[in-house]
Amino acid sequence: MTTSAKSVRGLGAAGAGTQHHIRQRVTAVALLFLVPWFVYSIVHACKAGYEGALTWVAQPLNAILLILTLSAALYHMRLGMQVVIEDYIAKSGTRQALLILNTFAVIALGAATILSVLKIWFTAGA
Amino acid sequence: MAGQGRADPRPLSPHLQIWKWHWTMAGSIFHRVSGVGLYGGAFLIGAWLIALATSPEAYAFVEMIAFSLPGQILLFLWSMAVLYHLANGLRHLIWDGPMIGFNPGLASLWSMFNFAFAIIGAAVIWSLASFY
Repeated sequence: MTTSAKSVRGLGAAGAGTQHHIRQRVTAVALLFLVPWFVYSIVHACKAGYEGALTWVAQPLNAILLILTLSAALYHMRLGMQVVIEDYIAKSGTRQALLILNTFAVIALGAATILSVLKIWFTAGA
Repeated sequence: MAGQGRADPRPLSPHLQIWKWHWTMAGSIFHRVSGVGLYGGAFLIGAWLIALATSPEAYAFVEMIAFSLPGQILLFLWSMAVLYHLANGLRHLIWDGPMIGFNPGLASLWSMFNFAFAIIGAAVIWSLASFY
């Protein structure tokens, strides 16, 4: 009788786990402070309508905190989704494709949202 | 276990069906489920922000979706997922740092607390939001 242990014996660790783990935790610590602020703020911003939401994003402190929240959340999201893909997708090609898609999607969202914040911030009162 | 075309010959993580349902297991699964949900939610929040930077018309369109019934249900679920992932994430940090909370009785209670926190917290936020 053989067990699945034979299929992992001798492979060693992938070698990138500690860095991944620490980055997941560091972004989590940042989000622990940023997310409560974000939830509180976005409720107010949403209720204020178009002009009110613009005024909210255009405040320098809000714009900075928003960019920090987006950056930490997107990095954290990418790390988390990477683990989910690695855990459940066994087929090599599909797995690689999804891992690349994960990175692309997060960076694209980051670029679009951070540029949106900067645009609102810089054009406010102009 | 390891078959043809696998990314590497390591065995996969066990899937849902081999676990017996209990509080700590549900707590762990819902951490992952809420995380995946929030991944999708981030794109919707992103759409709101991009629309805000685009034009009043784009913003009105997003607002119309957000204030529709399916939009409101989705936002309520989003707020529950945020609160759950936040509370359970804090628990992960407490496990990793001071290493508190591994006692089975406490672990189960803590899982129950996190679920309650998410549900009651979301209800409180939504009622406050509708009053002020």
